[in-house]
Amino acid sequence: MMRNLAVSFLALGANAAVVAPPPTVEVIHWWTSGGESAAIKSFADAYRAAGGVWHDSAIAGSEQARAVAISRILGGDPPSAALFNASKQFLDLVDQGLLNSVDEVASRQGWDQVLPESILSAVRIRGHYYAAPVDIHMPTWIWYSKAAFRKAGIAGEPATFPELLAALEKLKAASLIPLAQGGQAWQESVVFRAVLANVGGRDLYLSVFRDRDPRALKSDALRNVLLNFKRLQSYVDDGSPGRNWNDATALLITGRAGVQIMGDWVKAEFAAAHQVAGRDYGCIAGFGAHSPYIVQGDVLVFPKTANPDGVRAQQLLARVVTEPRAQVAFSQLKGSIPIRSDVDASQLDICARQGLAILRDRTRQVGNDEIYLTPDQNGALADLLSEYWNRNLPVETVQGKFAAALSE
Amino acid sequence: MQPSIPSDLDTGPRRAPRAGGSAASRWAHVALAPMAVTAIVAYLGAALWTLRVSLSSSRSLPKWDFVGLAQYARLFHNDRWLLSLENLALYGLLFVLACLVIGFLLAVLIDRQVAGEGVLRAVFLYPYAMSFIATGLVWQWLLNPELGIQSAVRSWGLRGFRFDWIVDPDRAIYTIVIATVWQASGFVMVVLLAGLRRVDPELWNAARLDGIPTWRVYVSVILPLLGYSFATAFVALLAAAVKLFDAVVAMTQGGPGIASEVPAKFIMDHLFGRANIALASAGSTVMLLTVVTLLAPVLYARSRARRVPS
Repeated sequence: MMRNLAVSFLALGANAAVVAPPPTVEVIHWWTSGGESAAIKSFADAYRAAGGVWHDSAIAGSEQARAVAISRILGGDPPSAALFNASKQFLDLVDQGLLNSVDEVASRQGWDQVLPESILSAVRIRGHYYAAPVDIHMPTWIWYSKAAFRKAGIAGEPATFPELLAALEKLKAASLIPLAQGGQAWQESVVFRAVLANVGGRDLYLSVFRDRDPRALKSDALRNVLLNFKRLQSYVDDGSPGRNWNDATALLITGRAGVQIMGDWVKAEFAAAHQVAGRDYGCIAGFGAHSPYIVQGDVLVFPKTANPDGVRAQQLLARVVTEPRAQVAFSQLKGSIPIRSDVDASQLDICARQGLAILRDRTRQVGNDEIYLTPDQNGALADLLSEYWNRNLPVETVQGKFAAALSE
Repeated sequence: MQPSIPSDLDTGPRRAPRAGGSAASRWAHVALAPMAVTAIVAYLGAALWTLRVSLSSSRSLPKWDFVGLAQYARLFHNDRWLLSLENLALYGLLFVLACLVIGFLLAVLIDRQVAGEGVLRAVFLYPYAMSFIATGLVWQWLLNPELGIQSAVRSWGLRGFRFDWIVDPDRAIYTIVIATVWQASGFVMVVLLAGLRRVDPELWNAARLDGIPTWRVYVSVILPLLGYSFATAFVALLAAAVKLFDAVVAMTQGGPGIASEVPAKFIMDHLFGRANIALASAGSTVMLLTVVTLLAPVLYARSRARRVPS
């Protein structure tokens, strides 16, 4: 009996030595819509091509997916990797020592040189790299329907914020919906960031979000931003409150609305309706040659595991998803732009190429609000901006509460 | 038959056989033990854990430091939380009242033996059997001024017709009342109908002999007899009102702005998206205390009322 056991153990050991188990990962993510799931599948294919096994755990809704990931980490049954936003969302996990770092991959690929500063600041914590960035979105693109612009007699693309307001006026006069807006707090906060970046400029943007500088928070410049933000509200239609972002995009696609301010994920909606950037719709990253480019990213984090095979699988995943070719393939499907500047941009659409070109200028990069603010501060701010957008509040009150929201 | 919730809470020491000798009672206790353990560990334990977290500075993960009542102070300086409480009070009052009145009228209607009782009962109860996440979406479309009732009526020629409550910050909460009353009235109807069917037919005969009008019998005789059924419906409706969440998420997402926010949604948002479990726990504790304060007098009065005759 004993001998039999010993023999089978030996056999097992011999097997393991001959064929090492392939690196296997389970990835929790929330990319479930058509374009999104095609994009994550391109990563899965790349991982399989590198000899790994990919188990997909797609959970609808980003909050739900993160909640599942966190509770599984705390419950001692962590996935190999989980999707988070490039933000402070996973800082607590790092502080509690619940994540593996991927320093080796980061140094071999030279992340310090090729990643935008704000993404770097989110993934590099006290000198260690705790997340692999997978994409860069820009949340405040200004999209316009060329058909609607023609109908309203708008000759060229607005080049300044006042020109945008003038275009909105013309759309209104032509009985079109000037601004297609989804009336949900996060979408209203997208519009606010667009105004802060384009009317306030890079310095104000950073001193408000990054530094939370009391002088900037009390400044007339911020007051002016708030007033312009509220002014845009007069260009939305009655059906706006509660509307989803893609329903707002549909208004542009059908030519019933002129402008939408939203992230570059809307390209997937245009693509699904067989509309082409530059022909059917236009995209404006910002006004002027120095407008800030807001960088919003998604990252994969790697929950702690002591199992060397598990660590190896995580390292391979971090390497595969950040490689230039996988990045281009993914970006085309997702509507994002690659995380690194050293890629072949020729296959990307004109909006993505424009974004990539702007991103090469480091002085134009700024982080998304969630890079600088805690989820809690960010939420309090979103509540306030949504309240201001939907009700008639004095701007002084709003500015006072703005500072209070960021100080919590 | 007794209403379920009050009778659960009623089996205090007063009812427990104190003889201590009978084997049957000992076995009854043994049989109840697993349920008691579950209740104590799962409910009481979770409540205590929540209370403890609410006194800490936890963010996305629980931390065991102690910050006193700081989270509560922050909670009651938060505009959205205060508005949520206000909304809940307004909503709860209207929702419970409307459900009881409509549910009672529907029950009487069916009790009057109208034709097709079975069909009507199914029709009225059907909304209650469906998930509100689905029906809430339909309500959202119906109430949307650009897609729903308003635009339909306008297209029929009434150009000046307005019904845009769902996008009006001052009225959005009423649309939640309308939709949830539509959903829950059928449930109240069933509970009250069961009560009506237990009314002694002799009562009706007596009333007919005395020439008392039907409506008068309902108001003065039947209503008081339905006390327990009403109490059951009331407690269930109150619980539904306090945990109101899915209807708001499906219909307004708390908007426009924060106009239709409710406490349960505040708690859920802070628990996950905003990664502030301490503040969420403080909110939960406040809600628990509110419910206990609301229900305690009701339960106390009922337990006294029952003790007197014995």
